[in-house]
Amino acid sequence: MAEATLPQFLLRHARTRPNDPAIREKEKGIWQEWTWKEYLDHVRWITLGLVRLGFERGDKLALISDNRPEVYWGLVAAQAAGGSGLAVYQDASAKEVGYVVDHSDAKFVIAEDQEQVDKLLELRSALGKVQKIIFDDPKGLAHYKDPLLMSLRELEQLGESSAREEPRLFDEAVAAGRAEDVALICYTSGTTGFPKGAMLTHANLVAAAEAIGEVERFRPGDQVMAYLPPAWIGDVIFSLSGALVLGLTVNCPESPATVQEGVREIGPQILFSPPRIWENLVSTVQVKIEDSTPLKRWLYRRLMPLGVEAVRREMEGEPVPLPLRLATWLARAFVFGALRDQLGLRRVRCAYTGGAAVGPEVYLFFRAMGVNLKQVYGLTETTGAACLHRNEDVRLGTVGRPYPGTEIKIDESGEILFRGPLVFAGYYKNPEATAEIFRDGWLQSGDAGFYDNNDQLVVIDRAKDVTSLLDGTKFAPQYIENKLKFSPYIKEAMAVGQDRPYVAAMINIDMENVGKWAERRQIGYTTYTDLAQKPQVYDLIGREVERVNRDLPESTRIRKYLLLHKELDPDDEEVTRTRKIRRKFVAQKYAPIIEALFSDTALVPVTSVITYQDGRQATIQTELAIRAIGEVPEPVAV
Amino acid sequence: MDGEVQLQIREVSKHFGGVQALLRVSVEVRKGEILSVIGPNGAGKTTLINCVNGVFHPEEGRILLNGTDITRLPPPKIAALGIARTFQNIALFRGMTVLDNLMLGRHIHMKNGVFRSVLYWGPGRREEVRHRQVVEDIIDFLEIEALRKRVVASLPYGLQKRVELGRALALHPRVLLLDEPMGGMNIEEKEDMARFILDVNDEWGTTIVLIEHDMGVVMDISQRVVVLDLGSKIAEGTPKEVKTNPQVVKAYLGAKAAAP
Repeated sequence: MAEATLPQFLLRHARTRPNDPAIREKEKGIWQEWTWKEYLDHVRWITLGLVRLGFERGDKLALISDNRPEVYWGLVAAQAAGGSGLAVYQDASAKEVGYVVDHSDAKFVIAEDQEQVDKLLELRSALGKVQKIIFDDPKGLAHYKDPLLMSLRELEQLGESSAREEPRLFDEAVAAGRAEDVALICYTSGTTGFPKGAMLTHANLVAAAEAIGEVERFRPGDQVMAYLPPAWIGDVIFSLSGALVLGLTVNCPESPATVQEGVREIGPQILFSPPRIWENLVSTVQVKIEDSTPLKRWLYRRLMPLGVEAVRREMEGEPVPLPLRLATWLARAFVFGALRDQLGLRRVRCAYTGGAAVGPEVYLFFRAMGVNLKQVYGLTETTGAACLHRNEDVRLGTVGRPYPGTEIKIDESGEILFRGPLVFAGYYKNPEATAEIFRDGWLQSGDAGFYDNNDQLVVIDRAKDVTSLLDGTKFAPQYIENKLKFSPYIKEAMAVGQDRPYVAAMINIDMENVGKWAERRQIGYTTYTDLAQKPQVYDLIGREVERVNRDLPESTRIRKYLLLHKELDPDDEEVTRTRKIRRKFVAQKYAPIIEALFSDTALVPVTSVITYQDGRQATIQTELAIRAIGEVPEPVAV
Repeated sequence: MDGEVQLQIREVSKHFGGVQALLRVSVEVRKGEILSVIGPNGAGKTTLINCVNGVFHPEEGRILLNGTDITRLPPPKIAALGIARTFQNIALFRGMTVLDNLMLGRHIHMKNGVFRSVLYWGPGRREEVRHRQVVEDIIDFLEIEALRKRVVASLPYGLQKRVELGRALALHPRVLLLDEPMGGMNIEEKEDMARFILDVNDEWGTTIVLIEHDMGVVMDISQRVVVLDLGSKIAEGTPKEVKTNPQVVKAYLGAKAAAP
């Protein structure tokens, strides 16, 4: 029988390779392992436990947790019971959690720990449809006597006894699953308005996994890291459907803070990260090189530019001269190999970036090191990636070719349209939005693009984000921002200049790296705000801005910049949970600052309200300096 | 809510030269409770804790743990009996890793001598593994997985305090003395620490004696409060009782709190 649903694939692995590792989690310092048979056991118990509690076909199960095996077991269990699973961003505020859980009609919620349970209990009046909150980690919950609560252990025990009484129940439920059932509801973080729940069917998830498996020839037992939020499609396509369809082994890190360590210990073959993480890795390398021995520094500084030059030529289809090829080979063998090993990228066959555009510098950096970093492109509505670079044909600036079986075309207006098995089943309880996104059977991406003469898709900046200066000069803020973010000292940046005489930038410093930099120079500081406003830090960032300016056409160079007093934060709704800037919102919120960037003032006062994760608010009052490039800063009166 | 008395401090006095640090102070600490000791600077709070764990020996009075007199015992003996503590100014080996510091916290439970311990195989190894398990439980509990291999000196202050709590917990104490575990922390760090203290008490039933300046924290997490002023106990009771005790308001909270 051909498998059509994820639980059916699970049954196959448990049958054909029961003792192979299916999933791992590092706990108490040791990688704990569950085989496919054990994976199935847990899914069976959770499924039957849920059914006992009244979970029916078509019901929803919500999960709020960091990447733990239990999340994936839970999602598959909901599907095995004939329903759908949905994960909620674990760092979402109580308000966001409330909206998603309520809107999805989830009957049961699995919450990781006390923190998440508290969030849910606080919302209980708004969550009338939730019948049980099932918690995973009992720490701190011993005295909670709420009848709404139940431990995952109890749920599994309930399922275990049910399995003994009705041994065929689980298999029958799984067999009843059909490809067109909705398996997963992915709430899109959305740069505007309330999140929408994209419904993905088993057919979508299976097709996406099979397509990438076919292109990349993934092998059962290839290792992937599960460390991105399970609520994001980018995690699900590898850690859930990729793993179940292709038999990949999933590895959950010990805690969000130990991902890098985990990657190094596991040495995954497949690694998918949003640009931010690749950017952070570049920063880590640069800072570590700064701290290393003079010989290593010298080697790195000599060899990295050569490596970058070689891969640039390769990617642009130019010939690579023999000496350069030789130098690159030597560099990879003696320097970059060790570096890759340090980063845990030694065994990576396929590294991906997606979710937003990554700057070419970052791209070249990793490829020069010998990491096969490739771009993927897609939307939540197309089951994540639907387009990727083929190994033999990785080009700078493109996102590769469509997955086999998927059609991507460009309409008259230049918009990218999708059709095929990856296209989702619509938004949950939102037929208007569903109708709006489809046109004549094609899914509209909202992105502009074109095919280059190599038949590779090129995505132009989000169409709405390309803008022009007062004199009509076109510029793409994201392009400038990506260049800025390549600096280890800049974490986030927003370039502004629509209908203005020049481009200006609001910059978030990277607290960790700038902090270290300041310590080395004995510059004392207290808080983020304080550090960001140090004149020396302004000098440092100024040099970075000038470096970026050298690569920009005269007309779109950054003329003024300012270092923000706080990081742009998803809790303040300034960036999405996947860290895309909500431009409109930020532009409104920081309107006085932006105004000041285009005036003669050198200091702008700010008052801003910060929202903590628990919903409390605090106010910051300070003054931000504005610097013009090339200008000698005027002494500031105290 | 009278429980079994675990730690009994009877009429303890201690002076340094002409300064009377403690004057016939009596406190009964009940099994499994969180008891806070508060008082203005120089009230004798730390001296009291120092007497309990044997750093100082009082001139008068007795200290009993589960009925056993520990007044004259040296600190290691007292630690072996199950009393652990943390210090106002962090006492960790700053040049060593978090993991090594926590493993050291177990040394009192290590039975093998030098010869067995230096051998990689056999009892030495088995013992190391067993202690490592205990330490890993603590690492998990305090959520410091990312810090295992970090050198203590390189950690921010708030985390060092957390590691120090871990070091004390590694002893598997029955009574835990915490000397200003939240001193110098920001609100978020304080909240984390308060949660860990409650969890320790909750999960392991550890009796906790807490010295703390932050009244909000004290009132929130302790079952009972003892107030010292100039070496004498001036009040004792539930947080609510203590808060409204006029003597306390006068001595500790000062004029500001006494004002309407």
